[in-house]
Amino acid sequence: MDLTARRRAFPALDQRAHGQRLAYLDAAATSLQPRAVIDAVVDAALHAAGNPGRGVHLLAEAASVALDDARHEVARFLGADADEVVFTSGTTASINLVADAWGRANLGPGDAVIATELEHHSNLVPWQRLCAERGAELRIAPVDEEGRIDLAALDALLDAKVKLVAVAHVSNVLGTIAPVAAIAARAHAVGARVLVDGAQAVAHLAIDVAGLGCDFYAFSGHKLYAPPGTGVLWARRAILDAMPPWQVGGGMVARVDRAHARYREPPHRFEAGTPNTTGLIGLGAAIRFVRSLDRAAVAADEARVHAAIARAVQAAGGTILGRPEVGVVSFALGRVHPHDVATIADQAGVALRSGHHCAEPIHHRYGVDASTRASIGCYSDDDDVAQLARALARVREVFG
Amino acid sequence: MSDDLYQALIVLHDRAPRHHGPLVDATHVATIDNPLCGDEITVRLILDGERVQAIAFEGHGCALSRAAASMMSARAVGATTAELTALAARFTQFVREPADAPVPDDLGDLVAFRGVRKARSRRTCATLPFRALLAALAR
Repeated sequence: MDLTARRRAFPALDQRAHGQRLAYLDAAATSLQPRAVIDAVVDAALHAAGNPGRGVHLLAEAASVALDDARHEVARFLGADADEVVFTSGTTASINLVADAWGRANLGPGDAVIATELEHHSNLVPWQRLCAERGAELRIAPVDEEGRIDLAALDALLDAKVKLVAVAHVSNVLGTIAPVAAIAARAHAVGARVLVDGAQAVAHLAIDVAGLGCDFYAFSGHKLYAPPGTGVLWARRAILDAMPPWQVGGGMVARVDRAHARYREPPHRFEAGTPNTTGLIGLGAAIRFVRSLDRAAVAADEARVHAAIARAVQAAGGTILGRPEVGVVSFALGRVHPHDVATIADQAGVALRSGHHCAEPIHHRYGVDASTRASIGCYSDDDDVAQLARALARVREVFG
Repeated sequence: MSDDLYQALIVLHDRAPRHHGPLVDATHVATIDNPLCGDEITVRLILDGERVQAIAFEGHGCALSRAAASMMSARAVGATTAELTALAARFTQFVREPADAPVPDDLGDLVAFRGVRKARSRRTCATLPFRALLAALAR
């Protein structure tokens, strides 16, 4: 499937935006969904319409089977076992699950958690709260001017008190790729666990949790061409086995009497309540879609478009934050406020993100409060970049 | 050969299960439950070295789990622990196969459970007694 065919696979690209061609450059916020995912969701709503794991009738059985298939798709995608795949509502829920369930059981007064300076709030605030509650210390690992995690500085923060290192696989602001394997080796040397926020990585990088050497890997379906409200927490089986549940209720218990409950084995122990069946079946379909793509061709197209965006931003006089490697380009355009940049771009049919992108500390690192961000998916093309360049020129016209 | 879930043999074993009830002087015992439905089964064994001298099960379960426990117990008497471990693995594999896979000839009466292969949510009912058996042997 070449780029033209990939674009045809995404029906949302057919619509006009304010009378213009739609240049959707906000995939890092949420990606568009291919027809195959939309069809799978509709089909699930019709035929996998029962409650998965909670019935023996036709529609419940179909839901159970389809959800189980989706779990196996995710496992294959991560290079993991299906019983290590916990379904959640997204990266945020996955990380909160670890903070609440693993964190409360494993973190005490005097212990420490390390997060990096470039983390999305969803991989920072849960650790702030957990550390405050447990009397533990939160240490922040700095990044250099290019947006790379400073491994020497990380080494200086790592000691036997550290129980967890939390790091984004790909920065949602800078587009830099973290050296996860190197970080995991350092963390494990002092007995710390490693949690990777994979939200911005899954659509662009091949993921192999064993090769990364991490202990937890979290991601959202909606940044991987699947519906919102879907997410995954992967963790090593031994860790899940030893973890108490997070939310409790139906579907995650083995036996209940009036006073007590005994919990099921992972992954079900961590999936209380009826899941987002149709969405998760859509996630399975999204992974099948990604697998059907020629990954090398997608990577080559994305690299070309990504570099072209950086050139277009610089040509318009923009200043890029860090040195992006994949997926996103965040920038400041003189003194023009990012919301104004994004609104003018929107009028030209270009979808951009403006603001702090749920990552305030890294903006402060670069001396700004907010930025404008262009981000790409497997459907982004050179016409999108040309349209972005025209939109940025229009911003210059308006604000001089 | 019909693929109906409720084969006559299964209904027969459910109605009059073999080896159902208590077992005094059991050397090995395990209780396992099925979280999907709350079924629970206890399997008790008397082992003479590596060989099963006696077996009994009790608990509460659906027709499939009772019939599977009954057929399993009938096969267990006189069998070695290695033979039973292999049988449990073989049966678990059998019920996970596609509904149109050939029916094996080494499972005896247990092939009556071939209908479970297309009723995925009921597989755990059929395999519940085998899980209890393995757990008891592991004690």
